[in-house]
Amino acid sequence: MEFLYASEILLNGLMAGVMYALVALGFVLIYKASGVFNYAQGVMALFAAMTLVGIMEGRVPFAHLINAAFGVHVSSFGWTVPGLLAILLTALVMVGLAIVIEKLVLKHLVGQEPIILFMATIGLAWFLEGLGDVMWGADVKMLDVGLPQGISETVETATNNWLGYGFFIDRLDIWATVIAAALVAALVGFSQYTKQGRAMRAVADDHQAALSVGISLRFIWIMVWSIAGFVALVAGIMWGTKSGVQFSLSLIALKALPVLMLGGFTSIPGAIVGGLIIGMGEKLFEYFIGPMVGGATENWFAYVLALIFLVFRPQGLFGERIIERV
Amino acid sequence: MTQATITPDGRQAGPVLMDLRNITLRFGGVTAIKDISFDIREGEIRAIIGPNGAGKSSMLNVISGFYVPQEGEIWFKGYRRGPMKPYEVARLGIARTFQNIALFDGMSVLDNIMTGRLNLMKARIWSQALWWGGAEREEIENREQVEKIIDFLEIQNIRKTPVGRLPYGLKKRVELARALAAEPRILLLDEPMAGMNVEEKEDMCRFILDVNDEFGTTIALIEHDMGVVMDLSDRVVVMDYGRKIGDGTPDEVRSNPEVISAYLGVEHA
Repeated sequence: MEFLYASEILLNGLMAGVMYALVALGFVLIYKASGVFNYAQGVMALFAAMTLVGIMEGRVPFAHLINAAFGVHVSSFGWTVPGLLAILLTALVMVGLAIVIEKLVLKHLVGQEPIILFMATIGLAWFLEGLGDVMWGADVKMLDVGLPQGISETVETATNNWLGYGFFIDRLDIWATVIAAALVAALVGFSQYTKQGRAMRAVADDHQAALSVGISLRFIWIMVWSIAGFVALVAGIMWGTKSGVQFSLSLIALKALPVLMLGGFTSIPGAIVGGLIIGMGEKLFEYFIGPMVGGATENWFAYVLALIFLVFRPQGLFGERIIERV
Repeated sequence: MTQATITPDGRQAGPVLMDLRNITLRFGGVTAIKDISFDIREGEIRAIIGPNGAGKSSMLNVISGFYVPQEGEIWFKGYRRGPMKPYEVARLGIARTFQNIALFDGMSVLDNIMTGRLNLMKARIWSQALWWGGAEREEIENREQVEKIIDFLEIQNIRKTPVGRLPYGLKKRVELARALAAEPRILLLDEPMAGMNVEEKEDMCRFILDVNDEFGTTIALIEHDMGVVMDLSDRVVVMDYGRKIGDGTPDEVRSNPEVISAYLGVEHA
């Protein structure tokens, strides 16, 4: 029974890990293609989720602003948009955002030090956070795109009959895992087997060489930020459905950091494995070691693990070896 | 348009493919290229030589669109070329290599060469994703072309190796392969033999001549090594301090007193 309980925790940990991996993936994509650590990735997830809710509920964007400026009282268009269509529209908004980011920010910082681009993404994070609030209001929003939620009875009865112990597993977690797996497979396929993917890897490797074979940096950057926006949207949907769309959603980016340190900033499989290890590790650590140290280890376990990795394997599990040639 | 003519060594030189007229390029107060004009004819090997800092690489960067000259006109295939981004120039059919090698180190030799064909591949992203509607056929056709080039440059045994692990001479060859893969109208080579030993130089010379012979590719190259240039090229432009001081066949250039003084340093010493 003890063993089965531990496996249930493990399984839940793995699924939480998938959610972490989903956020980390957005970071890896942009880092790989442009060498920029995109601090705004978490806020992008929040912004995407807010926009999705706004579109679904037919909210008028900038309602407060409009009301204050014109002395009217608009808040809603009075229609609702079905989940799938709303997701599609939000994806379009994220593509638009990518184009604007390239035009207003990236284009002017070509060839700058990575730290300068990093600072720019910090600015972007603050800006997007404000924009999201002004557009859709700062209230906590419920998000329900029709993903199944609650404890899966199928799993519970099946495991009960088979092992004599019913596993408690959230259906949302199961779906998140399936969707994340599909997303990762699609991304890997895209970067390995399409010409745009090849161009993306080329840009990540050497800007000059990429230009010389006729690759437009601008197109690739817009593409990469759009994909990162889409990944943020998926992460936003999962986390938003789980715990509501609110400011704290953007803090999931902090959970992605240890994942990246473990998996390496440049590896898509690394982001997945890193996410799984952290998700699983923190649940098991809490279960076995938690009681000895007074609990609440989930808050710090991931960061301590990341610190240990930084000392012994700074490039992460799958990152490119850091070789200094002299 | 100039008619096709026969060069002294019997090779056919076609009509003018690229015409550079009064090019001037400045960086702040420094004038890197001063009012230079010359043309490149279809099917020839055109060399640009000159001492260090003469502006040769700048000239190549102007042709490939990495630098935009302040003055002058660039005519390509009979049309005047407006200011263009490097990737747009590449799409016109002007491929290049770099003096200090710009390859995608993390990718295999094969993948590197395939990037050269990116602009020749037309399948839409959707059909590629589903591996349907010509995407498969296209990938296979392009792979066949790339394999030909790999055979041609004798790099079969390293095709799966990540480029970052290759020695210098082979990297240069892979870079040439990638440029060739684009089936360029003009191939620009920035010091293709720099830093090579005698054997590697001979190989590279042979490849350049073979490329010109078999694919009929027009080649413009920069080189330091006078001996190599004289053997290789049909016509030579000589630059010094950003000016053109000589232009003609290797023999003409060799006997040009200004060229001799630039190389032997008579006047500037």
